[in-house]
Amino acid sequence: MAMLLPNPFENLMRLQQALDSFRESEWLDRGPSGTGPYPPFNVFRNGDDFVIVLEVPGVEKSNLEVQVKDNTIRIAGTKTVSYPEKASLHRRERLAGSFDRTVTLPVAIDPSKVKAECRDGVLALHLSRAEQDKPRSIKIS
Amino acid sequence: MAKPREIEVRQKKELETKGEKTVPARYFIPSTDIFETGDALTVVMEVPGVEKKDVDVRLEDNVLRVEGRIDFSKYDGLDPVYSEYNVGHYARVFTLSDKIDRDGISAEMADGVLTLTLRKAKEAIPRRISIS
Repeated sequence: MAMLLPNPFENLMRLQQALDSFRESEWLDRGPSGTGPYPPFNVFRNGDDFVIVLEVPGVEKSNLEVQVKDNTIRIAGTKTVSYPEKASLHRRERLAGSFDRTVTLPVAIDPSKVKAECRDGVLALHLSRAEQDKPRSIKIS
Repeated sequence: MAKPREIEVRQKKELETKGEKTVPARYFIPSTDIFETGDALTVVMEVPGVEKKDVDVRLEDNVLRVEGRIDFSKYDGLDPVYSEYNVGHYARVFTLSDKIDRDGISAEMADGVLTLTLRKAKEAIPRRISIS
C-alpha cells in the first residue's frame, strides 16, 4: 500500500540533496583571482585525464591566455566586437568585453602536460592527472 | 584606455519552431548582430563549435535560413563530469526585405563566428543627387 502513495517528503529530500550537491560541488570553487563566471565551461573525464571545454566565439587565439598553477587554471582574455564606421545597427546581441575566470580542480594535475586547443570558437584544455595523484594498486601478498 | 567591461554569462536560448525536426539534438538560437552599411547588410552570428563545412545558408523567397551543425563525434569517449552550458546545433531564420541582391551573398567563418554579407540590390543603394 505504501508503494502506491509516494511520500511527499521524499521529493523534497531529493531536491534538497540536489541543491546541496550543486552547492558543494568542488568544480564551482573560485580561485584567489579571477572572479568572472564567463566563459561557461563543461568538464569531461577521459580515463584518468580531464578535458575542459569552453565556448569563446569571436575570441582570437592571441587574445586568450591560459595559466596553470598546481591544480588551478586561469582563463583570461578579451573579446571584441567591431562594426564598420557609418553602419546602422539593426540588432545587437553579441557581447564584448574582458573575462577572467579561475577554476580549481579537485584533483592534482601535471602542469607540464596541459594542452590547449582552440578551434572554431571552442577552447579545449586537455589536463592530465599528476602521476603522484593517481591511485596505486597494491598487491596483496 | 578604460578597462573593457567584464562579459556576463548569458544562457543559450533554445529554438522553438512550429515545424518539427527529425534530428535528435537540441537547436539553439545563435547570438546575432545585424548592421547595414551603404551597400550591404551584414549578419554576424556566433556559432561556436561549428565547422565551415557544416554550415548551411539558404535563401528561399525572402527567407534566409542559417543552420550550423555540431559534430558530436568529438565528444565520443568523454564522460561529462560538470556542465554549465548545453551543446547543440544552431538555427535561425530571417525574413529579408526585397532589396537584397540574390546573387551577391557571401559567407565567411572565423573563430566560430559566421559573417554573412548580403549585398543590396542596385535600386536600393542610396544615391546622392548633386544639384547642378
